[in-house]
Amino acid sequence: MENECSVPAEPAACLDERQLSIMTTGKNKSRIHCADDSLAGAVSQRACVYSGARVVLNPVTDAVHLVHGPIGCAAYTWDIRGSLSSGSEMFRQSFSTDLKERDVVFGGEKKLVACIDEIVEKYHPPAIFVYATCVVGLIGDDIVAVCKEASQRHGIDVIPVESSGFLSGNKIVGYRAAGEALLKLIRPKEGDTVEKTRKLNFLGEYNLGGEKWLVERYLAEIGIEINVAFTGDSTVAALKRAPGACLNLVQCSGSMHWVAMNLEQEYGTPYIDVNFFGAENTAESLRRIARFYGDEEIVRRTEALIERETKRVRPVIERYREKLKGKRAAIYVGGAFKALAIIRQLQELGMDVMFTGTQTGKPEDYEQIGTIVSEGTVVIDDANPAEIERFLLEKEVDMMAGGVKERFLAHKLGIGFVDHNHDRKDGLAGFDGAIRFAREVYATTCSPVWERVKKNPFEEAQG
Amino acid sequence: MYAALGIHGCLPHSHGSQGCCSYHRMALSRHFHEPAMASTSSFTEGASVFGGAANLKTSIKNVFAIYNPEIIAVHTTCLSETIGDDIPTIIKQSEIPEGRYVIHANTPSYYGSHITGFSNMCRGIVSYLAESNGNPKKEQANIFPGFLNPGDMREIKRIVTEMGVPSIMYPDTTNVMDSPLLSTYEMYPRGGARIEDIKDSGNSKMTLSLGAWSSDEAAAILQSKCGVPGVPLKIPIGIKATDDLIMAVKDGFGVDVPESLNVERGQVIDTLIDTHFQYEGKKVAVFGDPDIAIPLTEFLITMGMVPKYVLTGTPGNKFEKTINEMLEDAGIEGSRVKAEGDLFDLHQWIKEESVDLLIGNTHGKYIARAEDIPLVRVGFPVFDRAVHPLMPITGYRGCLRLIEMISNALLERRDRDCTDEDYELIL
Repeated sequence: MENECSVPAEPAACLDERQLSIMTTGKNKSRIHCADDSLAGAVSQRACVYSGARVVLNPVTDAVHLVHGPIGCAAYTWDIRGSLSSGSEMFRQSFSTDLKERDVVFGGEKKLVACIDEIVEKYHPPAIFVYATCVVGLIGDDIVAVCKEASQRHGIDVIPVESSGFLSGNKIVGYRAAGEALLKLIRPKEGDTVEKTRKLNFLGEYNLGGEKWLVERYLAEIGIEINVAFTGDSTVAALKRAPGACLNLVQCSGSMHWVAMNLEQEYGTPYIDVNFFGAENTAESLRRIARFYGDEEIVRRTEALIERETKRVRPVIERYREKLKGKRAAIYVGGAFKALAIIRQLQELGMDVMFTGTQTGKPEDYEQIGTIVSEGTVVIDDANPAEIERFLLEKEVDMMAGGVKERFLAHKLGIGFVDHNHDRKDGLAGFDGAIRFAREVYATTCSPVWERVKKNPFEEAQG
Repeated sequence: MYAALGIHGCLPHSHGSQGCCSYHRMALSRHFHEPAMASTSSFTEGASVFGGAANLKTSIKNVFAIYNPEIIAVHTTCLSETIGDDIPTIIKQSEIPEGRYVIHANTPSYYGSHITGFSNMCRGIVSYLAESNGNPKKEQANIFPGFLNPGDMREIKRIVTEMGVPSIMYPDTTNVMDSPLLSTYEMYPRGGARIEDIKDSGNSKMTLSLGAWSSDEAAAILQSKCGVPGVPLKIPIGIKATDDLIMAVKDGFGVDVPESLNVERGQVIDTLIDTHFQYEGKKVAVFGDPDIAIPLTEFLITMGMVPKYVLTGTPGNKFEKTINEMLEDAGIEGSRVKAEGDLFDLHQWIKEESVDLLIGNTHGKYIARAEDIPLVRVGFPVFDRAVHPLMPITGYRGCLRLIEMISNALLERRDRDCTDEDYELIL
């Protein structure tokens, strides 16, 4: 399979090793190579295991997030998500054990113990997540033992997150570490049970710009209550009630699929995939949830909601669609779930997706992407800036959706940009989000500034 | 990484896990609103156990093959430092194409701050590249600017050029981290110090070393390596520090101060006289990198303000000593000064006794909101505003901008808070 690549994408700007990570739909027979380690020396857009774990756990609002390592790891991930909280703002702090040279030589366990004690005394949090960083993994601090001992001493959950950065360059490994921490947190003590309810858990929803609240309103309208979201606007106490749900919704598949499978195994809770990005996806997801409950009243209310919202959203989307029709778009984001959602929305807006890729997609994700994009679309795993630049120019892209590292590259190439990063502050979910997304795409794609970019009188004068 | 970006055609290389590289690029992109290119050794568990030499060698080979930079500047991470990778030896064993360079700096996060890293990379640049040809020194000045925005670097170069003295600045991120949008995009922007100029800096008459924390060590190395005397100066923020820079150039090269600079200085003085009552006696808290906080505090004193709290996260006893001396000279009592502090300290102090104004980076905005104090954004990082990397706070023009930002912040606050009767058209 590995060497069947019949027509490799043009190799000009990339190493031979990278060719198998790039494919053009309709051209290549083989499967894309992904989830490989990045090449040494790559200008990879990927981050690390710790980063993956941190973004998943960070929105647990009343927990203390203690980064066991040198100060850099905590400083660079300070308040990194746009997750909103209805209560505690504790999660926006970035606590660090601030390891120094001495600690690296003599071990950081004592400092960690002291930090935990100080935090408990000052803030009385219900739980502390202790993240392992590269150095900690290397010098071999036994954070599991420290956490266990601290849990017993303080009577709260002190949970180790095994997220040493070097374990992998792929954030997925960090998602797994976070998932393990969450499962550990919610597991009832021996003898305790959590009673089942009619509520559902919403996995892979981080309440960016209040997105969880929006979906919560939709669900309330159709008569369903959210038990807890993983992890947007969640609290430690609410998470502990997670086993009581009758259904798990899985949104961000990259981070939460594995958790959902484990919840099913451990607590017998079934799960379904949902996607609240874009009007069509939202409607489809609501119907899927209603079908699961199988209650006629819920189904009726769902249809009424969809009809009302669609009537409101449709004309707005249509208006933007007229302006955006035929414009060319590119997408490069962290996870496949997000890529799929954006492809669909851009298609709803009449745009052509020329190029798409993710940092962490799995083979089945890429297969799915392959089925929804049109022929000739370039699909790429772990793209570097040189590759992004090449395909943006080659495909004459008008607009790109991506994260912060791609924004300024796109701008420098004279291409519009919509932020879909995990730190954005305005929600893009649901029907309202569909309108906002359309407006942002329009605003950047059709900004008057591009006219001034194209028409430079000095350059024209010089021929 | 930022220092390395100030060399033309340089690709910074982070020797460690991918996360470090990703975070630094993200932080730089957010501050400068520019792409920040850098490669990484992409450490895995294997590299961590067996050492990163193979990764670095492969990286160097790959980077030259794909990205074709003129120079790679390797900086280390906690991981590779703790493993103990011997970077110079690895570089010597690597395949480096003819006419290309690989330099390095040791920059683990568990030692010092980002300013330490900047300084270490400056030292690396000097150690690897600067050379003296043994001839008498040329009538040219080296400028080590410190960790500043490109707008400031441009302003400092302009002042020295205005005095008729040729200069070589490095690191120089003008036209790199503030590069214009032209019809074509280049991965290596037009700006940055040229390698041949950096080499030639060994033949300069003197080095204007701006900032004790960011530049002095590199200047000392250049002095001992090539015999170029270093003149330690403050970063020219405020009238006094700008005067000092100009006088150093005047004395060093025997040139006259052009009338144009005298006019600029006069404009600052004139503006101070016109506006001094707006900020006179106001209490201010300053936090940020030491090389910026020190001359900034000096200027605030000139403005007649009271620097109540001055704090930096970077270690160094000299910080407290320098600031305390300035305060003492000005007869200001009751201020608190701290090196290696954090914003938690500052917030506690402010809760005990509040101030009228905060001056520092974006991270201060939480204190600003919690305590309802206006914040003037200066330094690094400023993530929540744009345009600032292009606008200087240095030189006389920088004085004008600082006065404008500070007095506007205070006047906006006055307009917001005053009663209807006191709401005036003319202030």
